[in-house]
Amino acid sequence: MKKNLIAMTMLAGSMMLSSTAFAGGTLVYCSEGSPEGFDPALYTAGTTFDASANTMFDGLVNFRVGTTQVVPGVAESWEISADGKELTFKLRSGVKFHSTDYFTPTRDLNADDVIFSFNRQMDKEDPFNKLANGSFPYFDGMDMGNLIKDIVKVDDLTVKFVLDHPEAPIVSNMAMAFASIQSAEYAASLVKSGNLGDLNQKPIGTGPFKFVAYKKDAAIRYAANGDYWGEGAKIDNLVFSITTDASVRFQKMKAGECHAMPYPNPADLDDIKATEGITLMEQEGLNVGYLAYNTEKENFADAKVRKALNHAINKEAIKKVVFNGYASVAKNPIPPTIWSYDDSTVDDAYDVELAKKLLADAGKADGFKTNIWAMPVQRPYNPDAKKMAELIQADWAKIGVDAEIVTFEWGEYLKRSKAGEHDTVLLGWTGDNGDPDNFLRVLLGCVAKDTGGNRARWCNKEFEAELQAALLTADPAARTAAYVKAQAIFKAEAPWATIAHSIVFMPISDKVTGYKVDPLGGHFFHNVEIK
Amino acid sequence: MLSFLLRKLLVLIPTFIGITIAAFIFIHIIPGDPILIMAGERGLPAEKYAELMHAFGFDQPLWKQYLDYLWQLLQGDLGKSFVTGRPVVDEFFELFPATIELAVCALLFAIIIGIPAGILAAVKRGSVFDHSLMTLSLTGFSMPLFWWALLLIVFFSGYLGWTPVSGRISALYFFDDVTGFMLIDSWLSGEKGAFKSAASHLILPTLALGTIPLATFARQSRSAMLETLGEDFIKTARAKGLSPFRVTVVHGFRNALIPVVTVIGLSVGVLLGGAILTETIFSWPGIGKWMVDSIFRRDYPVVQGGLILIATIVIMVNLTVDILYGIIDPRIRKKGH
Repeated sequence: MKKNLIAMTMLAGSMMLSSTAFAGGTLVYCSEGSPEGFDPALYTAGTTFDASANTMFDGLVNFRVGTTQVVPGVAESWEISADGKELTFKLRSGVKFHSTDYFTPTRDLNADDVIFSFNRQMDKEDPFNKLANGSFPYFDGMDMGNLIKDIVKVDDLTVKFVLDHPEAPIVSNMAMAFASIQSAEYAASLVKSGNLGDLNQKPIGTGPFKFVAYKKDAAIRYAANGDYWGEGAKIDNLVFSITTDASVRFQKMKAGECHAMPYPNPADLDDIKATEGITLMEQEGLNVGYLAYNTEKENFADAKVRKALNHAINKEAIKKVVFNGYASVAKNPIPPTIWSYDDSTVDDAYDVELAKKLLADAGKADGFKTNIWAMPVQRPYNPDAKKMAELIQADWAKIGVDAEIVTFEWGEYLKRSKAGEHDTVLLGWTGDNGDPDNFLRVLLGCVAKDTGGNRARWCNKEFEAELQAALLTADPAARTAAYVKAQAIFKAEAPWATIAHSIVFMPISDKVTGYKVDPLGGHFFHNVEIK
Repeated sequence: MLSFLLRKLLVLIPTFIGITIAAFIFIHIIPGDPILIMAGERGLPAEKYAELMHAFGFDQPLWKQYLDYLWQLLQGDLGKSFVTGRPVVDEFFELFPATIELAVCALLFAIIIGIPAGILAAVKRGSVFDHSLMTLSLTGFSMPLFWWALLLIVFFSGYLGWTPVSGRISALYFFDDVTGFMLIDSWLSGEKGAFKSAASHLILPTLALGTIPLATFARQSRSAMLETLGEDFIKTARAKGLSPFRVTVVHGFRNALIPVVTVIGLSVGVLLGGAILTETIFSWPGIGKWMVDSIFRRDYPVVQGGLILIATIVIMVNLTVDILYGIIDPRIRKKGH
């Protein structure tokens, strides 16, 4: 009884805390790190996008939360010309930029804002381009500078992108964080006052939340944007409470100090499921973890060898050991949640005898010496690359292939593998825009062989022809057909061993309704309500 | 005294140059560069990469980059963060009060409990109290900070629910910085419950960070005290018939103070080092966490500037300790150590 009493007092205490804590429709999200800044075009980290693009900005188009479907953003409609080289957006009228204590807009969003948002990322003379030393990593990484030839203001609410060549995923690209629409009026006022850096520190967007304050490395506060053009946020305030350690985040959830948290510690998952008041939401991530064979190295030039090695890998064991079972075994280079995924693909089954036979057929019956590169960092698509490498090493030893495990510091790892120094390398990818092109061409295309994304250094003419065909048409059926063919060629040629698609988790308080897990890895709160 | 001070100050010049070189080399020796890290798995076209390397000046020889940096330092400019674009000094002073607040609390906690406990153990040498204190302090000293901090959270916040889990104050309070010290600012803000929230958030990090210094101080004051208590002047004092309290505190403790002050001075460096782990676990927005993030992002100006500022503070503290010796023990400044 006495023990119960203590428990009751404690419960009452924590309830008092939480009731004062969450009054007035404030949602507290225990985010995993500090944003690098609030201008999404300058950065590549999901943490930064959550704090900027996903809360405060709109694109011309947006992704429907919880899907990879493109829906109108500040543009209400768009049109692609017959030759695919002109993309015209019709803007919504009456879209208001945020009014805050540091900026009050005098006009609604128009074509100038769109032009400014992109121009600064490619025009070396733009003061904001100079301020960033010309570094706009997403815009550059996607080679948008060479794709966009010109941006034309047709009238106040119509803007036309003139492209160098047709590229079907361009509309999806416009929904990505780097394409967030900034206020040209705000930018001009900053140029006048000489505070250019404020564009990144005191953001002004059109999104469902507006910026209130940021306490560096501690918390970010947002308020609902009452003038939002769409269905606005249902909560009044949103607070990001920055909590770096995953286990500490869970303790905070348990103590009622926050409503939601990303990236739980895999070791805590069972505990989270068992905790009353917390629901563990999950969704298959839009990602793939793979082992790329360097096809330029003599040992891996022959597809038979690559097939043999694929058959020797026990992927079920990897799924169990490395992912704690929270993943699905991958057979295609794109995840099943992406359109055009070919479910009829037959995977290279785990079969040591077959592997030995294939290896003998390729004239390598005695095996050979090689290496496996293991990433030094955790990623959703590969939570423990060293363990994964050890499992593969043991599997290959059974067919006489003697692999040494190699690792480098992350930056060095990316640089050297980009240069093709590896025999085989573990890496992965999380999709940016839900388009198959964003996986296939970025990771396996012939151009990517030179730019480095293609770690297999594999350039297959038939495969490339399918990718190009799909790129030049906007017709979904034709594109799907091409990508299905491409997946078949990939499977036969086996430039990679496809390992797994991981599952993304989001523990969330039962007091919160309406949250949707985003397949693209973002965290959005304008649709949620607090009970 | 003046020449003593001057000599101490002159030694600082080569020390500072050494620190700038060390700070510069440390971060540049780590492979990878900020541009690669930023681009991640996606990578950049080769020509764009070269262009950016040039824009940031990374294509210059290392010695040239160092000299440029030194020149910039001499003009009192620590540069701007590559990542946030803000001046390093601004970021440092925005975050430093949080570190100081925590370090001061941890230091006070360690001094207030550690020194009296050590003295008591020396006076009651060989007693149960002495033995248990020494065992406990050995445990405290050898405890991995990371593990200890998580244990504190799981027990006090998770199991008992007595303290908040992490942060400096409940995320629900938002007011402008006045001093940067949360205890003061929360009180000044006048918001109901803010001060209590800030104070309760300090408890666990203070315990975690203060444990190792506490153990050190207790052991150090015990052994210093034992040594002093064996000296002839103590026997004389006892023979004069002074009260045991007067003998211990006035005659014994004052003379035992020097090694203790040294250890306290040195522990400032330890505290700043421990702050890195403590801040990371408790999401404490101080310079420790800031440095760790910056190392991962290869934010050269922040890592270099941060190291230089931290080293400066540690040096200043040690200089103060040196001067304090002179005040506590006149023999030192006269001998001219």
